[in-house]
Amino acid sequence: MKKIFLSIIGFSLICRLNAYAQTKVDTSNNKKPFTLYQPIKEEAPAPEDYNPRSLRIEEINLISSYYWQNGDHSAITGGIGTEKVTDLSNGLDLKLAWTGDNSNKNTLSLGFGFDHHSSASSAYVTTTGLGKQGGTRLYPSFDWTVENGKTGNTFGIGAYYSGEYNYKSLGADLHFSKKTADKNGEFSFKLQAYLDHVTLIYPSEFVQVITPVSTGATYITTASGNVVLSNGGSTASKPSLPTKPRDTYTASFGYSQIVNSRLQVMFLADVVAQNGYLSLPFHRVYFNNGKDTIEKLPSSRFKLPIGIRANYFLGDNIILRSYYRYYLDNWGTRANTASLEVVFKISPFLSISPFYRYYTQTAARYFAPYEGHSTSDEYYTSNYEYAKFNSQFFGAGIRIAPPKGVFGWQNFHELEIRYGHYAQNTNLVSNVISLSLGFK
Amino acid sequence: MKSSSLKWTAGVLLATAMSSCVQLKEYQKNRINDSEMALSNRKVEKNELNFQSYREAASGANAGKTGGGCGCN
Repeated sequence: MKKIFLSIIGFSLICRLNAYAQTKVDTSNNKKPFTLYQPIKEEAPAPEDYNPRSLRIEEINLISSYYWQNGDHSAITGGIGTEKVTDLSNGLDLKLAWTGDNSNKNTLSLGFGFDHHSSASSAYVTTTGLGKQGGTRLYPSFDWTVENGKTGNTFGIGAYYSGEYNYKSLGADLHFSKKTADKNGEFSFKLQAYLDHVTLIYPSEFVQVITPVSTGATYITTASGNVVLSNGGSTASKPSLPTKPRDTYTASFGYSQIVNSRLQVMFLADVVAQNGYLSLPFHRVYFNNGKDTIEKLPSSRFKLPIGIRANYFLGDNIILRSYYRYYLDNWGTRANTASLEVVFKISPFLSISPFYRYYTQTAARYFAPYEGHSTSDEYYTSNYEYAKFNSQFFGAGIRIAPPKGVFGWQNFHELEIRYGHYAQNTNLVSNVISLSLGFK
Repeated sequence: MKSSSLKWTAGVLLATAMSSCVQLKEYQKNRINDSEMALSNRKVEKNELNFQSYREAASGANAGKTGGGCGCN
């Protein structure tokens, strides 16, 4: 017993000695050994320099696009005639962030965009072909999102406005997301409401007399949306054009999941209800008796699109980005969309991405081509958006995001350029080229 | 019949893939966290989605707009 006791004490002393064996400073030579390694001297930040709550600009994005199209099924001329359109759009997104007292991250996104378009068919809102051909749309937006510092769950609100001469839209949303316990999955939910107003600009043959005045002159609405006195007098007290409401309510669901270290998928579904004035007043329809009228569609619509995204990292330099969507609505349209983008990573900071998208849809039950409708039809449109067709969209993009910044400018962290060609089997063809600049 | 078979096959494949999900640690997500792997639209695609919603009846389920803001569906 005594031997065992002494052995334990001896062993513990040896262990203790070993524990201190490497801690003794070798004072035999005070010269530092030769090394190429130069440790970076880190200076502790002064307390006043570090403020996790401070408001900072996280990201600024500038996006510009030029779009041009041609076709021969304009809805303004009843399903025949030019569909020539050009559109130049510019958008600025500013993302600000700060951290709150409870370590929650706040992100404020402010957006402003404007489009200027020209549309050859708009000229034919008047029978003379001399109507307004261009227009500008402005669309500011706002979003505030709070992210829980511990769980990564988010909650946010957003607001949106869009205005152009014949259409105004005001929108708002609530959204939240919740990560799974292992942080490999995320559920997201968003509620959106858009309250729109369509200005009632009719084709010139349906121009309405609005206000007879005591002098005998009358206010009339021209095809281009101007209100003038019929006798050419002053328009200082002109009445505003009447509008009709169009409301859209959407509930969006999403669930993303990491399947393995190379594959992740996301399921998306929207439930959309629209009601109000869902036609456009300047879209003509020609009946089979040769007479024309304006488009008439039901005052409600229910839409259900469901989609899936799957992104796969193939090898070390290729990423496959795929998407599929099935769509149905209560106007009788069924549609399938499938797309694939192959990202070739030339280097970690440069990639080239060719893409292809195929889309097909069945016709809405209210669609018929030029002079295809009967006067006994309850609803009618010759807008080819509701026709049976398929389309193909293909092109390529290039993305540059070097660590020292684009062109050596540290704050200019990302540059993307993308071109696409779109063709429907209804003879509509279009092209779009986009540029995105990202700053941090 | 052919269409429903395809849907069933796709469903079974999807269910199989989902049931084989593995739990990854943060340090194992270097590929998943690549910016090109993001399960969202590219910023540069924004206006493409806009014109598609003007020209086609279908929209939504792509984290984009489902109506409002323009004279389109």
